[in-house]
Amino acid sequence: MLLIYCPYCEEERPELEFRHAGEAHIARPANIAEISDEEFERYFFIRSNPKGITFERWRHVHGCGRFFNAARDTVSDRFLATYKAGEPKPDLSGKGAKT
Amino acid sequence: MAEIARREPALEGRACQGQGISLSPAAPASRLSLRAPEASLAGLSQALSLDLPRRPKSSATKGPRAALWLGPDEWLVIDEEEADLAAICAAVPALHSAVDISHRNVGILVSGARAEEVLNSGCPQDLSSRAFPVGAASRTVFGKAEIVLWRTGEEAFRVECWRSFSDYVFSFLEAAARETS
Repeated sequence: MLLIYCPYCEEERPELEFRHAGEAHIARPANIAEISDEEFERYFFIRSNPKGITFERWRHVHGCGRFFNAARDTVSDRFLATYKAGEPKPDLSGKGAKT
Repeated sequence: MAEIARREPALEGRACQGQGISLSPAAPASRLSLRAPEASLAGLSQALSLDLPRRPKSSATKGPRAALWLGPDEWLVIDEEEADLAAICAAVPALHSAVDISHRNVGILVSGARAEEVLNSGCPQDLSSRAFPVGAASRTVFGKAEIVLWRTGEEAFRVECWRSFSDYVFSFLEAAARETS
């Protein structure tokens, strides 16, 4: 079982308490009514799906209930960092893709 | 003819005694789901006459009343003498949400030398007293059900689950009590 560090509970907790909640750092356009269908599609549907480091939202749904963000390596499934919602992406230099 | 509703306690008559393990339904209690921002905590703590805990996975107890930290702005308050907790909080002018959930939850008392082991059959958290000391409290999972787990003593835990899950949780605990040794 994976252990995931919850930045609100300040400790590692078993993955069964968490739920994945999609890609992180996707900003909703401020002028959402004015953008074209193509721009809306890009915002709403298109996700990066990288091989390597990805930034995701997670929710500690069976714990403190909070959403937070995580940097995870999609190759190794390793969590590189977790941080509170609203905080900027962490500096991951030196933590590159490990297998 | 007037129909009178009869309230049937969940888990009535259920109990389990085994080598180093005892399971029993907790007595009725009043419970409050309390949510409040930092600025309201002083007033609410005063009204409830206990300090709402700020540290993750912790609780505060005063007499028959306890407040369990569930999240950064969320507590489960339990009063074993069935005080009207919602009315107590209603007198506090500071911003908060207090919802009476006395009958939504059922408490199960798990005690004995094997309590940790029996709970760990369905709960994936580290329940050793180093990671989960007396007074620790946390929302977590037990099998397929969500529970709130509170360590009330070195060998005593209280499990709070939703009423409709109580049969499942109790039966799971009974099976674990029989199977592990």
